[in-house]
Amino acid sequence: MTALQKKEHNPVAHMTPEDIDSLGKELDAVRAEIIDSRGAKDAAYIRRTIDVQRKLELGSRAVLLFSKYKPAFALGTAGLTVSKILENMEIGHNVMHGQWDWMRDPKIHSTTWEWDNASPADLWKHSHNELHHTYTNVLGRDNDLGYGIMRVDEDQPWVPFYLGQPVWNFINACFFEYGIAAYDLELGKYMKGRKDKAVFKRDLGKVGQKVRNQMTRDYVIHPLLAAPTGSWGTTLMANALSNLGRNLWTHSVIMCGHFPEGVETFTKTSIEGESRGEWYLRQMIGSANISGSKAMHIATGNLSYQIEHHLFPDLPSNRYAEISVKVRDICERYGLQYTSGPLPKQVASAWMKVIRLSLPNHIAAKVKFPSRRKPVTPTALPSRRVDTGEVAA
Amino acid sequence: MAHLLSDGPTQNAAGRAPGGAGWRSRAFKLLKATTTPLLPEDYVDLFDPLRTSTVLRARVVDIVAETEDAATVVLRPGRTWRGHVPGQYIRIGVDVDGVRMWRAYSVTSGPREDGCIAITIKAITGGAVSTHLVESLKVGQIVQMEQADGAFVLPEVLPHKILLLTGGSGITPVMGILRHAVEDLDDVILLHSAPRPEDVIFADELRELGANDRITLVERHTDEHGLMDTVELEALVPDWRERETWACGPAGMLEMLEGHWQQAGHAHRLHTERFRPALAEPGEGGTVYFTKADREIECDGARPILDIGEEAGVLMPSGCRMGICYGCVLPMREGSVRDLRTGEVTSATPGDGILIQTCISAAAGRCDLVL
Ligand SMILES: Cc1cc2nc3c(=O)[nH]c(=O)nc-3n(C[C@H](O)[C@H](O)[C@H](O)COP(=O)(O)OP(=O)(O)OC[C@H]3O[C@@H](n4cnc5c(N)ncnc54)[C@H](O)[C@@H]3O)c2cc1C
Ligand code: FES
Repeated sequence: MTALQKKEHNPVAHMTPEDIDSLGKELDAVRAEIIDSRGAKDAAYIRRTIDVQRKLELGSRAVLLFSKYKPAFALGTAGLTVSKILENMEIGHNVMHGQWDWMRDPKIHSTTWEWDNASPADLWKHSHNELHHTYTNVLGRDNDLGYGIMRVDEDQPWVPFYLGQPVWNFINACFFEYGIAAYDLELGKYMKGRKDKAVFKRDLGKVGQKVRNQMTRDYVIHPLLAAPTGSWGTTLMANALSNLGRNLWTHSVIMCGHFPEGVETFTKTSIEGESRGEWYLRQMIGSANISGSKAMHIATGNLSYQIEHHLFPDLPSNRYAEISVKVRDICERYGLQYTSGPLPKQVASAWMKVIRLSLPNHIAAKVKFPSRRKPVTPTALPSRRVDTGEVAA
Repeated sequence: MAHLLSDGPTQNAAGRAPGGAGWRSRAFKLLKATTTPLLPEDYVDLFDPLRTSTVLRARVVDIVAETEDAATVVLRPGRTWRGHVPGQYIRIGVDVDGVRMWRAYSVTSGPREDGCIAITIKAITGGAVSTHLVESLKVGQIVQMEQADGAFVLPEVLPHKILLLTGGSGITPVMGILRHAVEDLDDVILLHSAPRPEDVIFADELRELGANDRITLVERHTDEHGLMDTVELEALVPDWRERETWACGPAGMLEMLEGHWQQAGHAHRLHTERFRPALAEPGEGGTVYFTKADREIECDGARPILDIGEEAGVLMPSGCRMGICYGCVLPMREGSVRDLRTGEVTSATPGDGILIQTCISAAAGRCDLVL
């Protein structure tokens, strides 16, 4: 935890190795409990979600056949946007995490799933599941942290390029799925000559094919189908808007997951030889939740429970809500920050950080940015309870 | 008969254009471009799960209790069902507590106008699938299934004299055969064992066939008469040597029969169907590495790699789950596995691609399987 210890407030300084160990055991128990109780109800949930999403998509596309009429355009566009969001977030992202592999249904399995996104499933799974989830918030290892084009921590040296980062971030938001495809391709690494040319070419071919398929569907076939009613232009527009809508939404949700104030970053060396407990700890304090309604949680693919998702990326998303109660309690007892807030607040906070870090440290220091990081007092730290003679739980 | 990868992942995104070039395949391509990354059938499934041409499913249309712990399930198979030969089994996949599980069941129905087929299941204490089917399945539910398979069937030229030897739920394939062929058979002896009279599945129908002299029915009740031995067999069916024989029942019974027929030099006249493999002493386990999935799984030496892989969430191809259909075969690149039935160890040296049946193979040290 050396990266943390450098900070003015080290959020884990109060924990002994024994505390961290006990934290790991408690979280392992939470995990085991969910695995033991996984069953028919959960299976029904994901099947129902897929059913609803596909019917919504079909319905919306049918309505768009008449999109030259304004109400049809509005309804169809809204429906298609929601359907695309569900497909990527609550379904695609989570299925590809293997959250539903336990059902052994080849139709809903991480190894067979393909999603409506520019990044092909296998590339995404590699960079997301293997890199992002393993190296969560580790500077220089986690692509999600600034997507390689942004300055995400005061420790990163400032160069004038970063002045534009609020703009880069906005552009990335609008074309987010292509941004994802680009960093799943490890475009940055390739440009620096650190990626095998043959592999890059092969992957590029896959992405190209995927993008071609998506574009043909959204911008050629469906508009053509709507042509007989004179709705081809509005259908094309509706597809473009729903793709834009989904891009902005997913970008916001993902930015909220690791970027708001209060979320910690780590250095490469700090995670060497990490124990299970330390790994859990990094996932917890490196992520932030979004609070809100059930519909909001589903629309974020339950990534609003980012902390729980990072602790247990392969547990079914519909169970994160109940896991969060336990995790919050653990955080209280161990004196750990459980970062959470409503969507607008978290989005604003993340953007503030983007803006702050676009400036050199000495200038940023002069501008007052609200700090959300306040020390948390542990209510029942195992090591202290033993100190006072109480029996550890 | 082997259907390699028959239960393998049906890739949502992979191209699976139906055969035949021309306008049909072009139309299908266009349809696929409309639904990408899904397939058109994924949308058809929303409204009619039996229509799809790539996976076979069935709807449960009736459930009939047979005995205290056995029930017959009538199924309407989907569009691509190719029919069965009496005596064959089908595999069905059901979601037990959310988890897809596959088991084989013999087809028990006779000729039907409506295209439905039936299977009859005896609930086994602690049995995941059999208990689910008998106790929790509901009319109207969809189950996954596969085309019929199996060689426990009558030959084309019907033998004059037949002996059918069954025990417990082993009556099922035999019932399937009798319901189709009893009118064409001249001389049939059915020697059936069950614990008590009330445990006999299809009792009324069998006893009626016996009463009408269609078959000679010899019913034994093991709670009262004990397990049958060769002496009793000789006494009950003195002319067994002259009879083409089909036997299905518990492993012990089948072993006894196989030994007896072998000794008499009549092994070729005995046809058996096993519901479970007979197992040898287990050995040490090991680590199985699935090369394509890049997953490493610890396996003990007593359980099939198939079961352990499935439990770990790996999508494993499978079939009969007892070593007869080769539906579970995977190439082994390196390492060793032990045949759970014989204890025999098979090893591969790097570069090999020895095909092993995961349903009857346990890990014996480390081994790399291509999946
Ligand atoms: C070709 C073929 C045809 C078959 N046809 C039929 C059929 O027509 N009707 C039918 O009821 N079954 C039939 N079976 C058996 C069936 O496939 C299942 O094995 C059986 O229903 C048990 O499955 P389960 O999931 O309930 O038990 P599992 O959960 O797999 O096993 C639970 C426990 O029961 C034991 N066990 C498994 N099978 C038996 C058994 N037969 N007797 C005693 N203990 C057992 C296991 O070793 C285990 O300890 C057939 C099997 C094959 C291979
Ligand atoms: S599943 Fe039939 S041989 Fe293995």
